[in-house]
Amino acid sequence: MEEFINVGKRIPKLDAEEKVTGRAVYIHDLKFPGMLYGKILYSPHPHARIKGIDTSKAERLPGVKAVLTGNTIPPVKFGFYKDNVPLKAGKVRCCRDEVAAVAATDPDIAEEAIELIKVDYEILPAIFDPEEAMKEGALLVHEDHVGGKEKKPTNVLNLPWRFTAGDVEQARKDSAYVAQDRFRVTWVNHCCMGTSGCVALFDPKDNLTMYSITQIPSLAQKDYLGALSAMGLKEKKVRVIKTMIGGGFGSKLDTYAFEYIAILLAHKTRKPVKILFSREEEFFATSPRQPAIIDIAQGCTKDGRLTFRDIRMILDNGAYTSWGATTPSVMMMPISSLYQVPNVRYVAKCVYTNNTYSQAMRGYGNPQATFAIDSQIDTLAEMAGIDPLDFRLRNSNMPGEITPQNFKITTCGLKECIDAVAQKLDWRQNRGRRNGRGLGMASMIHVGGGARVYNSDGCGTIIKIDDFGTVNVITGATDMGQGADTVIAQIAAEELGVRVEDVVVTHTDTDVCPWDVGAHASRTTFVAGNSARGAARRVKEQLLEVAAKSMGESPEHLDIRNRVIYSKIDPEKKTPIGKILRAAHYAAGGRMMIAEYFYDPPNENLDPKEWKGNLSVTYAYGTHGVEVEVDKETGQVKILKYVAAHDVGRAINPMLLEGQVYGGVAMGIGYALTERLILKNGKVVNPNFLDYKMLTAKDVPNIEPIVIETNDPFGPFGAKGIGEPGLVPTAPAIANAIYDAVGVRIKELPITPERVLAALKEKEQG
Amino acid sequence: MDKQILTFTLNGEPVQLEIEPHLTLLQVLREELELPGTKEGCGMGECGACTVLLDGKTVNSCIFPALEVEGKSVMTIEGVADAKRGLHPIQKAFVEHGAVQCGFCTPGMVLSAKALLDENPKPTEEEIRNGIAGNLCRCTGYLQIIEAIKAVSNQL
Repeated sequence: MEEFINVGKRIPKLDAEEKVTGRAVYIHDLKFPGMLYGKILYSPHPHARIKGIDTSKAERLPGVKAVLTGNTIPPVKFGFYKDNVPLKAGKVRCCRDEVAAVAATDPDIAEEAIELIKVDYEILPAIFDPEEAMKEGALLVHEDHVGGKEKKPTNVLNLPWRFTAGDVEQARKDSAYVAQDRFRVTWVNHCCMGTSGCVALFDPKDNLTMYSITQIPSLAQKDYLGALSAMGLKEKKVRVIKTMIGGGFGSKLDTYAFEYIAILLAHKTRKPVKILFSREEEFFATSPRQPAIIDIAQGCTKDGRLTFRDIRMILDNGAYTSWGATTPSVMMMPISSLYQVPNVRYVAKCVYTNNTYSQAMRGYGNPQATFAIDSQIDTLAEMAGIDPLDFRLRNSNMPGEITPQNFKITTCGLKECIDAVAQKLDWRQNRGRRNGRGLGMASMIHVGGGARVYNSDGCGTIIKIDDFGTVNVITGATDMGQGADTVIAQIAAEELGVRVEDVVVTHTDTDVCPWDVGAHASRTTFVAGNSARGAARRVKEQLLEVAAKSMGESPEHLDIRNRVIYSKIDPEKKTPIGKILRAAHYAAGGRMMIAEYFYDPPNENLDPKEWKGNLSVTYAYGTHGVEVEVDKETGQVKILKYVAAHDVGRAINPMLLEGQVYGGVAMGIGYALTERLILKNGKVVNPNFLDYKMLTAKDVPNIEPIVIETNDPFGPFGAKGIGEPGLVPTAPAIANAIYDAVGVRIKELPITPERVLAALKEKEQG
Repeated sequence: MDKQILTFTLNGEPVQLEIEPHLTLLQVLREELELPGTKEGCGMGECGACTVLLDGKTVNSCIFPALEVEGKSVMTIEGVADAKRGLHPIQKAFVEHGAVQCGFCTPGMVLSAKALLDENPKPTEEEIRNGIAGNLCRCTGYLQIIEAIKAVSNQL
């Protein structure tokens, strides 16, 4: 195997020293001269008519520089459906609805001003159950929203998430065994440790600079430009500068009301305006993962081959529509392509309610769908009298397969993952004891080579090299802690024959950095990595061209290793790259060592009628295995052993990769067992870490990662994405282990002790 | 409200300033003394991002009245690294073991680890987990943090 000097190494994250010394600058730490502090007044009611707003007292409070309401702002619209506005006029539709905002000279004054605003509401009946909201004659969340052929008013969004392959009805008839279940999953919050915030400021020409924590700088820039246009500010420029991001996990894949409010306040006051969320706001005013009701049927032959999968999904969209309403398109991926299943039918409906609206969260729909699919695989295996391990192996995806959704599987380490997990858990020995201890496993498929969600899935990189051999890699990618900066540096350094220490990665500023669609779909290592590699290859060609002249050697005979340019045919000929660089810059007719590369992977958009297409260049696979102990008296589930096997293509940085797996699994265990955002009549009643149970260091079990390297031909040095996979199969693996331990099937997340106890009781009573 | 004079030791140096008596220690550190390394993650003493050491013990500075540190010694993340020797071994271990991702919890986590190891240089894994149980982290799943603390304790 080729020997690498950077790839495959456990290189510390580039910004780790800044972070351990407290020097990293987050949005929380930004201050500008004259900066004002914005605060938002939210609706306390899930559905109400705004009869009047009295802001006079707030306006008179010394230190208050601006007060805005829905009636005083320009018609800025945002969201995937453009059904949301920064400040609501006329009506509020959920408890997080923004009704007024202030900017003041300090945060306390802003808070006080908010309390001085009096809103007169006429409370309206509200609807919280998506199934109720789907019924004809149901109360309408948006009166003017129409759908269906007759264009009738409805709460059901016009998003035709529908996929069919083969003949499900016939397959159902032909199946030896059919399992039918209803699963439910609820809201969970991203719980980024750094709360949301931004600073908006305008220059005297009305160009906007937005200090942001976005995961999508280029798309956010477009959103903000749209807002400026609605504000009557045409032909203006928007610059997005990212600070250090205190956690992303998908929460920053869209733009939100608070950002537009900061822009409006900054424009009105002509001052920098900062809005920073409290933890309570973070819990109730950011968008959680979608709740779903999942009706699923799967069938198999006598010998355990999957015959069909039939899924109807209802998603609580909440009151507005973010990009989260497109998660059913990603749910389609495991539904059509996790294990080999020839006949598939899937319909998902997103339904307006007066609840909070949801958004992207790590896995983007995949954890919800996989919970239902792979929980039921165990049920089906049991019906067929087959060990679920064998059942999974029998139906495993394979390299070279084309799935019903037309995904072209290149490399696929799923069988290896299943086998590795079984071996680590001593599956044949330890499963099926039913003595309070049990084993479970579940698998996953996810995009691992980009995902063509937009018309482009591209990312640009610029590389320049200075006189002394410092390599500036200017990338479109976003690092939000996952280590994109480091992985990109490793890839560029490897290609260029230098060390990671020689590389400086810039990834923060749309005025400087190339275009990118954003840090989503576990695409950064693959797409930004390939982009960085392409730019490195080009700048290397330039360098070798210049070196060839001064070294009297033809460029194709030259290469670079460890910052030395050497001749492959005459080892005596070598020169440090610094010398060549200085020669290039200082020579008459000199040139810069600079190159750009835009990598747009050869993947396909799903066609909008049949939803088929090779969404990703390659797919990531994984299997998790878990041993649990269930206390029959208390219903408590204790994880004794956790194994996470992932086909990662190649581990560019095993240490950071393990970090993604550990963090993903911990988040997945929370999803499975403890976490839920509880809404009562549309109001979040647990907006704090005491009542929202994120795992602590005492709760996380030891996790054993198993890295399967399939060396994907399209990946940068063979790598696939690993950002999301770590949490996708966690919940079903745990649910399956609980079943193996005590014989109860929990079909609703989180699997709380109460739910386990109730199920045990029901089982006892027959 | 009348301001009051507060005198204490901060990262080994004497500090005296006039503050409004209702301020929390976190507000004084971040706003008055411009030391932004200490983070606010929840403002309610639940997440530990604001952890600092008060006479060597961890406190959640976001709910700790600033006036209570009168005459005492406070260490923030800015005081952990040594000007001459560079990073503290705990910081080094965090860097080398991948214990840092987004980094927002890191300052508090480092200080909790320091308080633990100062008192108990050879903690068991369970003691390490207890020692950082008050510091929430969403990125890492804690395991590489635990590994880093173990590695330092083995060096001690």
